[in-house]
Amino acid sequence: MKRTGLLSFLIIFIGVVYIARLFYLQVLDNSFNTSTLNNSAVKVMYDYPERGYIFDRNGVLLVANQLSYDVMVIPREVKPMDTIAFCALLKITKEEFIEKIENASRYSTRIPSTFLQQVSKDDYASLQEILYKFKGFYIQKRSLREYPKKSAANVLGYISEVNEAMINNNPKYHLGELIGTAGVEKSYEEVLRGTKGVKFIQRDRFNKEIGSFKNGLYDTLPISGNDITLTIDAVLQQYGEALMTNKRGGIVAIEPSTGEILAMVSMPTYDPNLMVGRDRSKNFTKLYLDNINKPLLDRGLQAQYPPGSPFKVISALVALQENVITTASSIQCFGGYKYGSGKSSFMRCHCETSGSPVNLNVAIYRSCNSYFATAYRKVIDKFPTPTEGVNVWGKHAESFGLGNYLDNDLSVGQKGNIPNGNLYSKIYPNGRWRSTATISNAIGQGEVLTTPIQLANMTAAIANEGFYYIPHIAKKIKGKPLDKKFTTPIYTTIDKKHFKPVIDGLFDVFENPRGTARGSRVEGLEISGKTGTSENPHGQDHSIFIAFAPTHNPKIAIAVFVENGYWGSRWAGPIATLMIEKYLTGKIGRPLVEERMMEGSIQEEYDKQLK
Amino acid sequence: MRSRKDNIFHGIDWILVLFYFIFIFLGWINIYAATISENDFDLLNFSTEYGKQLIWIGFCIPIILLILMFEAKFYEKYAPIIYFIFLVLLAGLFVLGKNINGSTSWYAIGSFSLQPSEFTKAATALAIAKLVSDKMFNLKKLGTQVQALLLLFFPAILIILQPDPGSALVYAAFIFVLYREGLPFYYITVGFIALFLFVITLILGYEVTLISSLVLFICILLYFIFYRPRAFRKGWIKIIGIYLMSAMFIFSVDLVFNHVFKQHHRDRFNIILGKTVDMKGVGYNTDQSVTTIASGGFFGKGFLQGERTQGNFVPEQKTDYIFTTVGEEWGFVGSALVIILFVAFLLRIIDRAEQQKAKFSRIYGYSIVAIFFMHFVINIGMVIGLVPTIGIPLPFFSYGGSALWGFTVLLFIFIRLDANKIYEW
Ligand SMILES: [Zn+2]
Repeated sequence: MKRTGLLSFLIIFIGVVYIARLFYLQVLDNSFNTSTLNNSAVKVMYDYPERGYIFDRNGVLLVANQLSYDVMVIPREVKPMDTIAFCALLKITKEEFIEKIENASRYSTRIPSTFLQQVSKDDYASLQEILYKFKGFYIQKRSLREYPKKSAANVLGYISEVNEAMINNNPKYHLGELIGTAGVEKSYEEVLRGTKGVKFIQRDRFNKEIGSFKNGLYDTLPISGNDITLTIDAVLQQYGEALMTNKRGGIVAIEPSTGEILAMVSMPTYDPNLMVGRDRSKNFTKLYLDNINKPLLDRGLQAQYPPGSPFKVISALVALQENVITTASSIQCFGGYKYGSGKSSFMRCHCETSGSPVNLNVAIYRSCNSYFATAYRKVIDKFPTPTEGVNVWGKHAESFGLGNYLDNDLSVGQKGNIPNGNLYSKIYPNGRWRSTATISNAIGQGEVLTTPIQLANMTAAIANEGFYYIPHIAKKIKGKPLDKKFTTPIYTTIDKKHFKPVIDGLFDVFENPRGTARGSRVEGLEISGKTGTSENPHGQDHSIFIAFAPTHNPKIAIAVFVENGYWGSRWAGPIATLMIEKYLTGKIGRPLVEERMMEGSIQEEYDKQLK
Repeated sequence: MRSRKDNIFHGIDWILVLFYFIFIFLGWINIYAATISENDFDLLNFSTEYGKQLIWIGFCIPIILLILMFEAKFYEKYAPIIYFIFLVLLAGLFVLGKNINGSTSWYAIGSFSLQPSEFTKAATALAIAKLVSDKMFNLKKLGTQVQALLLLFFPAILIILQPDPGSALVYAAFIFVLYREGLPFYYITVGFIALFLFVITLILGYEVTLISSLVLFICILLYFIFYRPRAFRKGWIKIIGIYLMSAMFIFSVDLVFNHVFKQHHRDRFNIILGKTVDMKGVGYNTDQSVTTIASGGFFGKGFLQGERTQGNFVPEQKTDYIFTTVGEEWGFVGSALVIILFVAFLLRIIDRAEQQKAKFSRIYGYSIVAIFFMHFVINIGMVIGLVPTIGIPLPFFSYGGSALWGFTVLLFIFIRLDANKIYEW
């Protein structure tokens, strides 16, 4: 009989549907997979670790912590309350209150969010007595950054609240937590941050805490962050910042024998303490929006300019390596170098040798454009096509760490540029270009771009006669050896023997009576270096200087870059030698030069550009 | 024969009894898990809920013995009287009832409350069995159909007025019983079409539903005009009549839903239909119960290991949402097993019912299957998020004395009737 079957059929049908639904919910659908952390039955309390301290190479404290008190909120636990009194207590407006609650709720109604950051110690005392009346709010102690030296903001960086994108990428962080967002704070975040402690508390549907979850089986204690010792010399760093007052630019000093960065100055800068505390975001916005001074730009790492004359050293080394010149080869210079038939095909030169033979040594200390243009052309023309020539030349230049991000431990950087043959094939699509089209490369103009840290590293490689260590900022990290890549030398493609004559030339830049940096000579110190002027079509030329000292057994290699500083020996040269003097001797024998640098300002020049 | 009749256990279906005790046992351990807290452990402590449930389970034994002591004939003979007694008890609630959670469904005797509607199901099942088993009764006739529907209508309307519409919905299950006994199939068809139109109208809105059904109707009309002109001439009134009735139904669904239903009723439907996603407020129960079940995974978290259960995250977990405890602590394995047990249990009753020589016993058996089935479908469907929130208990599992005793009475009257078939003539 048909009628008997209907109910049986429905019973079995429903049974199958329900089992299928359960299978979907419990087995297939992973979105419900509840780890303990996502479980609303368990309240998670974090115990924040103290962030690691940062010291300079001599143990001077650069970054410390101070205690701070944050007001936290768990939105779903907030009960109707006297909002006006609450706002008055925290010194916020009602609008701010609503906005903060909404932000926190949007993130999660269950997980605690920071409601108000960094309440002062005085406020904390009064808050603590009354806050229990406002359900859902509590105070959390946290340590805050403090920068006793008020310097090296670009090196140290800052920490700020994680944003939503970061949270999505890294579930370790929760809303309101702090993360290193620039400088060492960023690049060594993992080392410095430590590990949060977690407490799980079982609670019921009414959010009443009913005891420790599984007797604290999953609870952990916070582990403090590790301290870091930097390669920076705080005294030198501060000295560099003082010398660069009222100027724009960057200084990078490296210890050639290790690749350790001794100083990394960027101007204009700011007091790192501005990035701490309740005014942090206000201060940050102000700095961020300053399009004129760009204080957040690390000019030592991010500013790319044509290097100018210091790059002639590379031109010389490549020509020696490619056997197209010898130390004895010489040319005559009559105020410039003519490389074509047209009137424009003329490179002016101010070496003032007026026809007397110019060999490598003279070319370096007089910075003769004609000499290096000739040498460059000989290198390129050695190869069947200019493309091959430029590529070989570029490879040599790149072996000094130019044209590439130095694979370092700094949070920002720029690639710079070393042109290759393909670039010119693009510029001259018919393929008919010759070595002369690229002739400005020889003297560090044209398509060549470098950053101050690249120049400093190049200087270190020259000082070492053919190798360098990747410049790095961390010297010691508690419990962890330095990454091997920072202790392995990287060799350039230039043979060691070619460095000697070039270094002699750089030495004569100071020592020869006609050397271009004769005026920056320091009594009792053997310095080698090279002045530079970077042509700037938008305004006054930039002042550049590279140097290392002592010439034999170098302890410091430095690159100085002063925006719109006219020419190399006007600002960059004296600053570089003062830095060297300060680092090697600890005192300054030229107080007048020092005073002129510290007091000197190029602000007038900068103001001109605004018009 | 007398001695066999004196043994009240003679002829009873031990398999159903076994099912009963398995359910009671599983139900209690889950109530235990859902209500235990860290500091108390005292099985017979009357202040704990699992303790109370254990006492109520204990009281089931004398109730069962009492039911088995009566002759099967007794139930058939006194069915109408029992039915009327319970109608009076239901009506009496409006005067003497105690209001718990917004509905006046309880008689309070000291600290103890009884819910007569839990027992009215058995009384109604007896009354229907008595009415329909009459040799003169023919469900093909409209008059008798009305008689049967009125018999169901009285308890249902009294329960709706308490108000406890969820419990009243269970009486819709009797349509399967009446169909089994000869009610024309179109009652079932109309029932399902109405349910279908109801859901479609809520999802699409009545304008879209009306227009698309009109298009469908015109197509059917054209089909008849061109290909079946004779049938069309004969039956056009019927076709148009059906459409007009559907249209009116669609319209009234919208009217009732938007103007008669209260917001919380609407919300319950909207959650199931995926139109509302507010999981903090209205959808909280469903969200919590589904999440809790899903968190159990394949093997479950183990007895007393479900943190959502231990944290009392699911409202009403020990009563209407007891299945979430099964889901969380025993996982897919455990919850699928419970469903399989229920299906087997229901099929077993159908099997026994079909073997009854007495029509009364068979109809009563079908009635209790339909009632258990309705509870099963609505309760578990609600807990796993397939059916709107309708608060009715899961038989033998949910916490509460009245419900437990009501289901026990329901089942054991059938076991008594079934045991009798051996010496029926
Ligand atoms: Zn010259």
